Amino acid sequence: MSIKINQDKCIGCRKCIEACPGNLIKLDNKKAFIKRDRDCWGCTSCLKECKTQAIEFFLGADVGGRGTILTFKEEGPIKHWIFSAGDREIRTIDINSLESNKY
Amino acid sequence: MSKNITVEELNTDVLIIGGGTAGCYGAYILGQDGRYKVLIAEKANIKRSGCLAAGVNAINAYITKGRVPQDYVDYCKNDAKGIVREDLLLSMSEGLNEATKNLEDNGLVILKDENGEYVTRGNRNIKINGENIKPILAKMANDSKNVSVINHVNITDLLVKDNRVYGAVGFDVNEEKAYVINAKSVLMATGGASGLYKPNNPGFSRHKMWYPPFNTGAGYAMGINVGAEMTTLEMRFIALRCKDTIAPTGTIAQGVKAKQMNGVGEIYETKYGVATCERVYGTTVENTQGRGPCYLKTDVISKEQEEDLYKAYLNMAPSQTLKWIEGGQGPAEQNVEIEGTEPYIVGGHTASGFWIDDDRATTVKGLYAAGDVAGGAPQKYVTGALVEGKIAAEGILKLLDEGNSLSDFDGAFEPIINNYNKHLNNSDSNISIEQVEEAMQKIMDEYAGGISKHYQFNDTGLVIARKLILGLFEVFEKLKATDVDELLQIYELRDRLIVCLSLIEHLHARKETRWHSFAENMTHQEEDDNYKLYINSIKEADGIKIIKRPLVVDDYKPLKFTFNEDNSINYAGGVVL
Ligand SMILES: Cc1cc2nc3c(=O)[nH]c(=O)nc-3n(C[C@H](O)[C@H](O)[C@H](O)COP(=O)(O)OP(=O)(O)OC[C@H]3O[C@@H](n4cnc5c(N)ncnc54)[C@H](O)[C@@H]3O)c2cc1C
Ligand code: SF4
Ligand code: SF4
Repeated sequence: MSIKINQDKCIGCRKCIEACPGNLIKLDNKKAFIKRDRDCWGCTSCLKECKTQAIEFFLGADVGGRGTILTFKEEGPIKHWIFSAGDREIRTIDINSLESNKY
Repeated sequence: MSKNITVEELNTDVLIIGGGTAGCYGAYILGQDGRYKVLIAEKANIKRSGCLAAGVNAINAYITKGRVPQDYVDYCKNDAKGIVREDLLLSMSEGLNEATKNLEDNGLVILKDENGEYVTRGNRNIKINGENIKPILAKMANDSKNVSVINHVNITDLLVKDNRVYGAVGFDVNEEKAYVINAKSVLMATGGASGLYKPNNPGFSRHKMWYPPFNTGAGYAMGINVGAEMTTLEMRFIALRCKDTIAPTGTIAQGVKAKQMNGVGEIYETKYGVATCERVYGTTVENTQGRGPCYLKTDVISKEQEEDLYKAYLNMAPSQTLKWIEGGQGPAEQNVEIEGTEPYIVGGHTASGFWIDDDRATTVKGLYAAGDVAGGAPQKYVTGALVEGKIAAEGILKLLDEGNSLSDFDGAFEPIINNYNKHLNNSDSNISIEQVEEAMQKIMDEYAGGISKHYQFNDTGLVIARKLILGLFEVFEKLKATDVDELLQIYELRDRLIVCLSLIEHLHARKETRWHSFAENMTHQEEDDNYKLYINSIKEADGIKIIKRPLVVDDYKPLKFTFNEDNSINYAGGVVL
């Protein structure tokens, strides 16, 4: 379980660095990167801060990961969770933050 | 050239260590009063730090319609087989609904029925959208009068003289700078401790654990180091979680009413009892007797229910939804495999933590504790942590109103700064921080009842564990930090080592098995009435001293600590000889 930051998309705004509850993300040459990828908790706080969708969330192979990527985008109250493999989008789940969980 | 960390001194009336659930709410309550200067020192950023970072799934502690606070107390007492503080549980339960309402007023979305009543899940839960619960709480703290926050400062030590706290010391996790914070009162709210034992996924995903890997037991460690009394550390918390992702199972078990089923298709849900520890124990026994793996039987749910589960998990544990989607099979087609986690010390789920009185005052004058770091009151969850933050804040106001002035203790922080500098200047060694952490986790796993030993331990093994952990302290002193990021790792490891040592003493002192799995003592396998008491401990110069205290039950008068003129503790509950 960890994240990878797409260096082409990162604009170095530091928001993810501020948010990570484990202080795991650092800045190098104006781009953010995760310093110890094995120490990621998988909370997705950093994804929620990033306005350029530079952060890709994935499962480590030891917990069943096979390369699928989860990214996040917010539009008003709607949160889009985007699942993709390679360049192909598998599916998107939209959540309205004004609605409660059913369970 | 030797490194010398710079030091900045700050002054405040109240220092809150840890801006998590209890810390933020405590600050908010102090801000409502507004007369005193409050400073939150947080190792990350209060917007998304601690347990609530990813979001939560429900309000787990709520007094639903037709029930009263005493019902909640009785439930917790039963679940913990009698070893709880009923006084603490009652005052907590009385505040649960008010704290919930306050969160709702500040933006938390709660599910309501057509009559505008909260929709309940079981007897004690209500349904919410908990994804943004932490940003809501952080805003409440930030917007409060006279409250300021310093983020990214890891606090390591309390400043205490003659049993009176007067501040704390920490360092910035991004730049070589230490903070000495002088305060008239301190609220400890650093959460519980994870990472003591070898985790479920020891490889690449070692931090894919249930409890935040960044809550390292700092509060317990700081308290232990200054001689604060701890209680019931031996009641470890082991969670039953979704395999691999270690995501919570309550949403499935209670939401779609999925039953626990073993690998040969038998429902074992109630076979071993329904207390939290017995559900873990049952799963462990099914596995050790060759009937694993165990599941939550979900293959009967509809596609629509499956979609709702995907969403519910994205709101609190996104890795589980990713796992379902990546695997190509959701819970409607495939049962969800479950496993027990490594043991955690977490006073919001079991009764471990600081020994506190009804004001949430610890045995160190001026020091209060709330949330997962505080003992005696299990099943606190989010709302219970909020209420404790509030009660502690009110206790602090009372103390400050007494005008308890502090004398000057200049310079006492120097040994702490010297320790930072020592690690920053230690020479290279072939033993790394990571190696020592793994050694500790292995020792705890093998000799103090970890996953690989099916949570079982015995007296012989505990003696070995104590010796080996003590040995690690010597190696620890020589660890080198090339920068403050590594200094943070070193101090996180220190917290854990200190907690392990006290935990081992507690496991050793309760010579019975009251809670299966949570404390499965193979030398003493039966429940013993002589242990209807609290196992408490205090660190003294020559080691950890165990104190046995009588249970505080509902007919007991509220427990209030008293201090002598010289600030030493006068009364902290009775003693069992
Ligand atoms: C994954 C997960 C899911 C949960 N789901 C639910 C749920 O659905 N419903 C529910 O009611 N309860 C749930 N709980 C329980 C509930 O979230 C916790 O009991 C509660 O939030 C604990 O509050 P706390 O203030 O004690 O700890 P936290 O909120 O974790 O706060 C501790 C804070 O201290 C900071 N800190 C730690 N060490 C230091 C240091 N040395 N210096 C400075 N700061 C430090 C941390 O960064 C953190 O901000 C869940 C818990 C977890 C872990
Ligand atoms: S997912 Fe959470 S723990 Fe991992 S890097 Fe992002 S913010 Fe940090
Ligand atoms: S939030 Fe996104 S854009 Fe900003 S630094 Fe992080 S990765 Fe880069």
